[in-house]
Amino acid sequence: MKPVYISSNNILSPLGFNTAENISQISREKSAIKLQNIIGKIPSYAALIDNDYLNQVFKAQANCDICDFTKLEKMMLLSLIDTISKSSFSITDRTLLIISTTKGNIDILNSKINHKLKNRIYLSELGKKIKNFFGFKNEPIILSNACVSGVLAIVVAKRLIQNEFYDNAFIVGGDLISEFTLSGFQSLQAISDRPCKPFSKYRNGITLGEAAASLAITSTNNSEKTIQIIGDGSSNDANHISGPSRNGEGLYRSIQSALEESKTSPERLDYISAHGTGTLYNDEMEAIAFNRVKLEDVPINGLKGYFGHTLGASGIIETIVGLHSMNNNILYTSLGTDELGVSVPLNVIRKTQKRNIKTILKTASGFGGCNTAIIFKKIKF
Amino acid sequence: MDELKKQLKRNIISQLNLEDIDASDINDHDALFGDGLNLDSIDALELIVMLEKDYGIILSDPSEGNTIFKSIEVLSRYISENRTK
Amino acid sequence: MDPKLSFLEFSKKAYKEQNFDYPKFFKMDNLSKLAFLASDVLCNNDIIKAEDKEHMAIVLSNRSSSLDTDRKHQSTIIDTKSYYPSPALFVYTLPNITIGEISIRQKIKGENAFFVLDKFNAEILTQYAASLIKNKKSNFVLCGWVDYDKRKYNGFMYIVARNGIYKHSKEFINKIFNSN
Repeated sequence: MKPVYISSNNILSPLGFNTAENISQISREKSAIKLQNIIGKIPSYAALIDNDYLNQVFKAQANCDICDFTKLEKMMLLSLIDTISKSSFSITDRTLLIISTTKGNIDILNSKINHKLKNRIYLSELGKKIKNFFGFKNEPIILSNACVSGVLAIVVAKRLIQNEFYDNAFIVGGDLISEFTLSGFQSLQAISDRPCKPFSKYRNGITLGEAAASLAITSTNNSEKTIQIIGDGSSNDANHISGPSRNGEGLYRSIQSALEESKTSPERLDYISAHGTGTLYNDEMEAIAFNRVKLEDVPINGLKGYFGHTLGASGIIETIVGLHSMNNNILYTSLGTDELGVSVPLNVIRKTQKRNIKTILKTASGFGGCNTAIIFKKIKF
Repeated sequence: MDELKKQLKRNIISQLNLEDIDASDINDHDALFGDGLNLDSIDALELIVMLEKDYGIILSDPSEGNTIFKSIEVLSRYISENRTK
Repeated sequence: MDPKLSFLEFSKKAYKEQNFDYPKFFKMDNLSKLAFLASDVLCNNDIIKAEDKEHMAIVLSNRSSSLDTDRKHQSTIIDTKSYYPSPALFVYTLPNITIGEISIRQKIKGENAFFVLDKFNAEILTQYAASLIKNKKSNFVLCGWVDYDKRKYNGFMYIVARNGIYKHSKEFINKIFNSN
């Protein structure tokens, strides 16, 4: 089986339109979350991308009519322009394009939006726009698997490359903040009245965020040092469609599967990038699952305090921050976490600090009972 | 009060998609959650929406549902005391 | 079954004929009901042992994602004077909930993935199912296409195993998909 390595990446968020800007803001503990008016006059906390700025940058970089593309498409295209330009490989007929999104161009369902774009409600139409823009040769896979979509997209691409169905892949993820999504989460009483507080005692919900992110992965490596994807796993709780399992069974099995494949013992992990949405049930479930695998002493953070919950982009953004943690040997503060409020111990990162990081675990969980885990390792040749 | 209870049972059956259940199958003192009708956490949230939509009652704290949704008897009393529609 | 039946009629009839004792069925949206019905026949047999079924992977796909339910949710928020989004409806505005419902019903705790594609794509499904088996993530993979859009519904499923009667190839799968 072929090894799979990371090449280039990009984060496009309210903190900046490239990874370096985002990492710089994170090191200064800056958050993209602000009070916004999304539904009528009632403000709520969210991390929104400024439309005018997006259009300005898109016009300059993509050299296209901004009216031909939806907001989400512009976000994804800009992110991919950056990642593709920096990747160690170019697009061939052995290149996979995989797109991670939970709702795609969902703003189109609102009848006030331009009718010319009506067909783009179908995710495959969004896929075609991206495919055609860059000249990808294969039909893109759109992965829509709730909040694990981003991490799972990386996992799916890695498995297909390992088994030589493709040589490399570009993975892009993104989601919008829309009235559609916000109203739905509000009806579930899942929106926090303050910026989200992962794993904290007084946490009471998620904060939504808008972003896109992309990653390039390949079976070929020409650098002296790189990062390899060495293990993965996913498992369904088979418990409830929106509430996670009380004993974290699905997440536990996902992590075990990843550890087994990578032949890594739990003590070898240097850092965990958790899902940490800030809801009572998710964060408790994760804490239990990590303890079951004996990971309670591994430095851990949730990054949604910086970006909000970016749904289809979250797994990719948070993975990229993890990769930069590895490259820079820096652990970033779990922003928003204060007094710990889970029933079992966790070693939450309270202050940004230098640390030798060689092997990391990234997890995600989502509606439908899904859970995914992936392990990355620094390799020197 | 009896009319409200009957209406409430019908509303609950339709709002929560309880197929094969008739209003006459639900006893006033049966537990709605747990062993009785076996409703779950999403059903509880749906009942909160129903309270606002059909009776104009907005729960300031969703956890109040734990006491209010005990049974048809308890719920109908709460509604008749607090309804604005 | 009469192809002119609406999905509501079809699903109720199928439920009664199969004698399901599963009240949760009626809380599901159309897409999940379709996935439930399509998978139940395959999963409830003696060919796969219980311990194998628990680890079975589920890989489903479609073109419309959860669009049928999305439109319904949108209709609950369009009128500011009658603004009552339903949590029970909103949870179904994700296509992978179909996998969640099958998992709960069949007690399957394996790998999941939901692909949204332009049309049925046997190549992608065969490549990914083969990858799961080769990577030892699963010995069995339940694959399928479940689509529900503008009252047209299409449910197609099959199980891939290390050993079996038919050769696992995109040509064979396209043949059975197109014969329906």
